Amino acid sequence: MQPFAYSRPGTLAEAVALLEERGPGARVLAGGTDLLIRLRDGSLDPEVVVDVKRVPELAPGIRADDGRLVIGATTTMTEIAAHPVIRHEFAALADAAAYVGSVQIRNRATLAGNLCNASPAADTAPALLVHGAVVVAAGPEGTRRIPLDAFFVRSGVTTLARGELVTAVDLPLPSTRLASAHERRTRRRGHDLAAVTMAVGVDARGAARLAFGSVGPRPVVRVDDTATLGDRSATDADVDAILDRLLGDAAPSRTSMRASPGYRLAMLRVLARRARATALGRLADG
Amino acid sequence: MAERVAIELVLNGARRRVEVEPHHTLLDALRDDLALTGAKSCCLVGECGACTVMVDGRAVDSCLVLAAEVAGADVRTVEGLAPAGGGLSTLQAKFLEHGAVQCGYCIPGQLMAAQALLETTPQPSDPEIEEGLAGNLCRCACYEQIFDAVRETAATAVVEPRAPAAAAR
Repeated sequence: MQPFAYSRPGTLAEAVALLEERGPGARVLAGGTDLLIRLRDGSLDPEVVVDVKRVPELAPGIRADDGRLVIGATTTMTEIAAHPVIRHEFAALADAAAYVGSVQIRNRATLAGNLCNASPAADTAPALLVHGAVVVAAGPEGTRRIPLDAFFVRSGVTTLARGELVTAVDLPLPSTRLASAHERRTRRRGHDLAAVTMAVGVDARGAARLAFGSVGPRPVVRVDDTATLGDRSATDADVDAILDRLLGDAAPSRTSMRASPGYRLAMLRVLARRARATALGRLADG
Repeated sequence: MAERVAIELVLNGARRRVEVEPHHTLLDALRDDLALTGAKSCCLVGECGACTVMVDGRAVDSCLVLAAEVAGADVRTVEGLAPAGGGLSTLQAKFLEHGAVQCGYCIPGQLMAAQALLETTPQPSDPEIEEGLAGNLCRCACYEQIFDAVRETAATAVVEPRAPAAAAR
């Protein structure tokens, strides 16, 4: 690895000041499972790596607060996958966190890191989009709340400004339960990056939200306002017609080595049907 | 050149103080600064698990952790598995009994992943063993023998988390 300096700020103000001063010369280190690979292969060459794990505002932890579930920025995938409230209320997120990498990766990889990398294949993104997650970011101008849909721009790019860093991810605790499920397609079982990711959420009134990734420059969310996907008596033909509309603008990369565009588009529909079936089952189970 | 970082950690139960390069990983520090060569350097991208060690009771890929990050942590490597009085731990002995070791390169990582699994899930189901070891590749393909060794350790021994030594934080 090319040499860099290591900084471990103990306060949020210190972290923000350092990131603002250094700009692109500084890289935030949370779990490190993506950053260290890119430092080693030379695709990133910062002057300073800023380890944010000792900043109290970013501490790991999952707590309910004023109708929201607040997940600290450095909460790991292991903790998210095991959390009882997430497993019940935001099941697609628990599914997705449990799919990330291997045990070793899940023990380090953080939720904020997964989002800030802004990979189109980020495992947790579709589930968080389905559940209306809000990114809480702190920066030189103070704190702002960014709906996740307004956070992703394209691969590796977010709407975070210079000096800003994510402190937490908020999930609104809904008054009507949104039962959800996450599905992914990989080349092999076990430890792999996703060729397609899909999350579907349905509620008792028939409303449905669907989000998917790895088939375009960023993960996207779509709302089914026809109440078809949430209707368990809907015919396969009805469901497929809605899926054709909701998935219509998926545009997978023609050059990715993980899967061809045709395969991804076909699997997108298969995963949507499966995730919908699982979500409807979870809704029925209460 | 960036300044070296002084860290204190508990390593296999003993308090250690070491100065590390900021761009060196925990794997580099273990092998080059602390003379513990059990954890192996292999893929260096978190795919193979040959560098697996435990940090604060959890299995991690030491190639993806900076040495400076473990300041104050409790780190355990394969060198810390055997009982202090000599011999092998039950898990290590079962690996040998079942012929789970051919070339041996992946074994320190397999052992630490299995140790972490058994400490958190003392009676793992077969899918739990598969998932617990999914981050560890074996090019000799001793997977069945490794699974047998883990299964039998779970059935015959109580693998308890070692109480972490007084934190060095």
